[in-house]
Formats: sequence, C-alpha cells, structure tokens
Amino acid sequence: MRVTVKLFARLRDIAGTPEMTREVAPGATVGSLWQQLATEFPEIASYERSISTAVNADYARRTQVLADGDEVAFLPPVSGG
Amino acid sequence: MATPLLSIGPEPLALEPLIAAVTERGDATGSDGAVTTFLGLVRNHNVGRQVHHLEYEAYEPLALRAFERIRSEIEATWPGVRLALHHRIGRIDIGVASVAIAAASPHRAHAFSACRYAIERVKQIAPIWKREFFEGGDVWIEGATADPDDAAARAEAERVACV
Repeated sequence: MRVTVKLFARLRDIAGTPEMTREVAPGATVGSLWQQLATEFPEIASYERSISTAVNADYARRTQVLADGDEVAFLPPVSGG
Repeated sequence: MATPLLSIGPEPLALEPLIAAVTERGDATGSDGAVTTFLGLVRNHNVGRQVHHLEYEAYEPLALRAFERIRSEIEATWPGVRLALHHRIGRIDIGVASVAIAAASPHRAHAFSACRYAIERVKQIAPIWKREFFEGGDVWIEGATADPDDAAARAEAERVACV
C-alpha cells in the first residue's frame, strides 16, 4: 500500500522535498515508516528521539498502524511564536 | 467578512480585528470587562547573532487543530474567556509581528492568564518552525518536541500563566 510522507523544516531540507509517496507493507506503523526513511536518509536518524508524528493532520503515536492513502508527517522540534 | 478566531497564513497581522472578534458575543456582547492582547515580534538579535529576517513554515491543518486545542484548554481552565489567535507564515522582517493573540473575559485576571497561556502552548505544541537568517548564515530554530498530551508541559504553561 502507498502512503504520503510530509516533511518539514530541516527534515525537508535533508530529504530535498516536502512530500513523497512511499510503498509500505501491510501492518506498517508510523515508527516503521520512520525507520524506512532513516535508512534512506541517514542524516535524519539523529532526530529519532526529538520528532513528533502525525497521521492525516492529527498528532499520532509511533505505534499507530498505517492505512493505504494515509498522510504521515514527521515534525522536528517546533519553534513557533 | 468576519475575522476568524483562529488562523494561520501569510497575511500581515493586526490586533484590532482580533479585539473586535473576541468581544463580539452575540446576545452576550457587553459582558466582557477586559481584553488582553499579545504581539510576538521578529527581533533583530538572537543568541549573539545579528538577525536579518525570519521565515516561518507550518503544517497548516495540524496548526489549526493545535490552536483549537489551545482554545478548548483555555475555555476549560477559565470559563467565559474567548480567545483569538493568528499566526503568520512566510518571510517576516525585523519589528514585524509573527503572532497575535487576544483574550476577552468578564475579569481581567483571567484575560491576562489566558493570553500568556496561549503563547506558551503555541510554542509547545503548534507545528510551526522559524528559519533564522542572520549575519553569516541561516539556521532552523528547533525548540520543543511537540506533544499535546505531555502533562508536564501543560502544567508548566499553567504555572507561568499564574493559574
């Protein structure tokens, strides 16, 4: 199944794109998708413990199981205001 | 068109429309005794660096949900407070506002607290990032790991807001 990945701020710079689609196996979670991306873009691995994650524009835990067509966002530490 | 209470976008910010929006309460208009406002401005220096300008980006639909969450937290903590919160994105120059907040309440203490609480929570849980362009380079600023369910972060925001 396919999901859309959204990346922001420095994560977007590292990957070179704000959005991509990726093929994931049935049963894949937010966390396993992150591992997949960290293999593809080793520089993002240092964000392992500091990112937040969202599915379909709602904060989600890394254990959440993905569904076909989900939009999964990886968010570095925030700095609004 | 009426000013929305919560918004994020590239338009310049102004306080007057927010003040009008929070004090417009339909049949209950006139019940407020206070409005407090907050403007966050782009500052010309940061940790010893001479700042030229900032660029903000956001995950807009989630930012609006975070703002809605902040508003409901405020309504639960200070019943009767009405909040407006606008955040700007894109390039913002020195001295220009990046965030505008207004809180109306029958009582001034609640208006002050709600306004302070709102900006603290924005910094904790809104998916917004600033890139600082300074003399000699640029850098993404990275603050808090956003977790709306982090009770300790929420307690800290309440502490500084003098709940």
